[in-house]
Amino acid sequence: MRRYFFSLLVLCAIAVSAAGQSRPVAFVGARIIPIVGAPIEDGILLIQNGKIVAVGDARVVRLTADVQIVDMKGKVVMPGLVDTHSHIGGPAGADGSSPIQPDVRILDSVNVKASGLQRAQAGGITTVNVMPGSGHLDSGQTLYLKLRDDATKIDDLLIFDKDGRYAGGIKFANGTNPIRPGGGSFPGTRAKSAALVREQFIKAQEYKAKIAKAAGDKTKLPPRDLGMEALAEVLDGKRVVHFHTHRHDDILTVLRLKQEFGFKLVLQHVSEAWKVADQIAKSGVPSSIIMIDSPGGKLETVDVSMTNGAALEKAGALAGFHTDDSITDSRWFLRSAGMAVRFGMSRDKALYGMTMAGAIMLELQDRVGSLEAGKDADFVVLSGDPLSVYTHVEQTWVEGKNVFDRGNPADYLLAVGGFGATNDKFTDIDCFDGDIQGGAR
Amino acid sequence: MKVNVKTQIRRYILSAALLVSFAAAADAQIAVRGETVWTMNGDPIKDGVVLIKGGKIEAVGPASQISIPSAYRVLMAKVVTPGLIDAHTVIGLNGYLNQPHDQMALDGSSPIQPELRAIDAYDAEERLIEWVRGFGVTTIHTGHQPSALVSGQTLIAKTFGKDVEEAVFVSTAMISVTLGTDSTLAGGRAPGTRGKQAAMLRAELIKAGNYKGEPRDLKQEMWQKVLKREIPLLVTAEKAQDIMTALRIAKEFNIRIILDGASEAVQVLAEIKASGFPVIVHPTMARNGGTRESLTLENASKLKAAGITVALQSGYEGYVPKTRVLLFEAAMAAANGLGFRDALASVTVDAAKILGIDNRVGSLSVGKDADVALYDGDPFEFTTHCVGTIVNGALAFEGKR
Repeated sequence: MRRYFFSLLVLCAIAVSAAGQSRPVAFVGARIIPIVGAPIEDGILLIQNGKIVAVGDARVVRLTADVQIVDMKGKVVMPGLVDTHSHIGGPAGADGSSPIQPDVRILDSVNVKASGLQRAQAGGITTVNVMPGSGHLDSGQTLYLKLRDDATKIDDLLIFDKDGRYAGGIKFANGTNPIRPGGGSFPGTRAKSAALVREQFIKAQEYKAKIAKAAGDKTKLPPRDLGMEALAEVLDGKRVVHFHTHRHDDILTVLRLKQEFGFKLVLQHVSEAWKVADQIAKSGVPSSIIMIDSPGGKLETVDVSMTNGAALEKAGALAGFHTDDSITDSRWFLRSAGMAVRFGMSRDKALYGMTMAGAIMLELQDRVGSLEAGKDADFVVLSGDPLSVYTHVEQTWVEGKNVFDRGNPADYLLAVGGFGATNDKFTDIDCFDGDIQGGAR
Repeated sequence: MKVNVKTQIRRYILSAALLVSFAAAADAQIAVRGETVWTMNGDPIKDGVVLIKGGKIEAVGPASQISIPSAYRVLMAKVVTPGLIDAHTVIGLNGYLNQPHDQMALDGSSPIQPELRAIDAYDAEERLIEWVRGFGVTTIHTGHQPSALVSGQTLIAKTFGKDVEEAVFVSTAMISVTLGTDSTLAGGRAPGTRGKQAAMLRAELIKAGNYKGEPRDLKQEMWQKVLKREIPLLVTAEKAQDIMTALRIAKEFNIRIILDGASEAVQVLAEIKASGFPVIVHPTMARNGGTRESLTLENASKLKAAGITVALQSGYEGYVPKTRVLLFEAAMAAANGLGFRDALASVTVDAAKILGIDNRVGSLSVGKDADVALYDGDPFEFTTHCVGTIVNGALAFEGKR
């Protein structure tokens, strides 16, 4: 118990000093895998004000006298993981009223105190694309979140660009999930699905044309349409389409739609990517892979293959991974990379897929995805090799702040499970009360 | 029609080919040489050899002491283990398509159906069986799924065999019972509560105690086998109160049970230990919701530390993955307190003991079935491959998975 209190104190001390922002902190002695650049055997990660100041060999990086040193000897440090497709926080998007609902925003539905967000921190995930489901052709706008601590409202997790716009994409789906024969306005076939989506994008093109034609004259503007506004953002390349798609013919349909309307696209799931890896590569569109332990479970995934990562790598396509939490558990997201390597992907590309590839898919590559000076201080501390089953995520840091520490009993509970682990808001820790279990309810 | 005939012919050719390979199995002579051979019968052997003849293990020992006859096919591997035993799954009854026609592990017409025989529904060539065989699984305890109070019987099969008769070696292993809210029914149907579940079970067992055999009643015949301790109940109970109900009923009727799931076992460790009953722990990576809201990755390790015999399982899945893979579930347990040796034991020798088949499988010992798994590294590492699976002396999987 005393040991726990001690680690808690250490944790708080680090957290406070890092949150205090001004004093630089150096993590010293770890094997650093920066993702961009070669691994550094005896490295230093220097952070300040939530940003990375320097990453490099211990013999090269100069530390000034004011730097706080944190010993990381024997550990492995890599960038925080980027999960490009998750459902943590209970995002509820489109309802049953129609198949295409671009006006619906996940922003209005996420519970930031959900234990799922904390378990994602326990898995080393620092940036996540939280999405509505796949039961619609378009189920609404997604959110790219930073898994910061102490959030009380969704605003606390948002990522803003320099214009003050919060980051997020839009969710589309094809294949069998959105098909509801006899389901009113919902499609009954694959061709109907594509036709309905095409129709909406044409409407959005016309909406855009009307706005352009009005040339700033308010009396000539079309009536505001929130759905059309979102699709116009898609057509303008300001909002990435995350397209749930499994079968190879469905993947090609998505690529065809992209060709027609020119939107930015991430292919999600891509169960049969191995059948059309060359076409995917040729299109230049990135793929976010889900690793499932056995084939089937639904008809359109009977040919899912664990070789998708290897096939896309070989074809030269950008490939990353996602949890689709709760389909797979955020706590062992790194396992996806391990399994991809088992089935032929290279170590480097698999780790790139867990981090930088995801950052590129979310257009956040200037801020996250690698350990480079100037980027956000989002990183994980591992007990060993990232691809080993025996390795645990020991710490997760977001923007210079420790958000998960396996040495802390409340965080440990989140990582391994047990009584109370799935209670929302369980792990509120107030460092200044020193009341570890006080958050339980 | 023409196409059908062609398909038909192809199928015959395929089965004929399979038949030949199965027939050859018993005569196959194989020597497996491993850098490390985990026999699960004593310490691991460095540079060990397992000789296989007639479907059985002929000899096991260090390469320095065993000479490999020239007629034997030699297979090399970094790590060799007994074939893995999945202590609880539903594959073979539930198929990978997840469509009504291949989901045969639950009949919803009645909550108590001990007369349903798994052997009447087992598809020995289902794709999921081939899938797990490629990860070293050679024996499965499978059957009716844990979703009804008494869903039916289970069986034990090898993962290789041309049909149900050849693959199955224990046709009635246990009767699957599920306590708690996973098997309560809505809309005024019984059982609607935990108390009603226990009452219904008691009523069945009392009735069977008075059954004289005429007229024949398949349900009563099965319950009598339970009362005579010939067949145990596989009781899926996740919550602590359901575990206690299982132990209470077992004591009242002096029947044998095997606890299954038991995600809240840590709360009643002493009681489980005192009962002497073993536990087939939920899949390590099972989703922590519903009745499993409190499950922990360390459950197997805590049960083991308390001196309780544990096995691991791939369990039942309604969606994706349609089956979990025992090897991966064991790996996660190994990394979360159980450790390598105990994790391997929980999917080999200890699973065999719990299933009552340790006379035939579970360890690499002379005279036992030649069920062997070959790996190119630590079997539990994500990046290791299974490079061969031998079932009854036949090389049933060859490749790299």
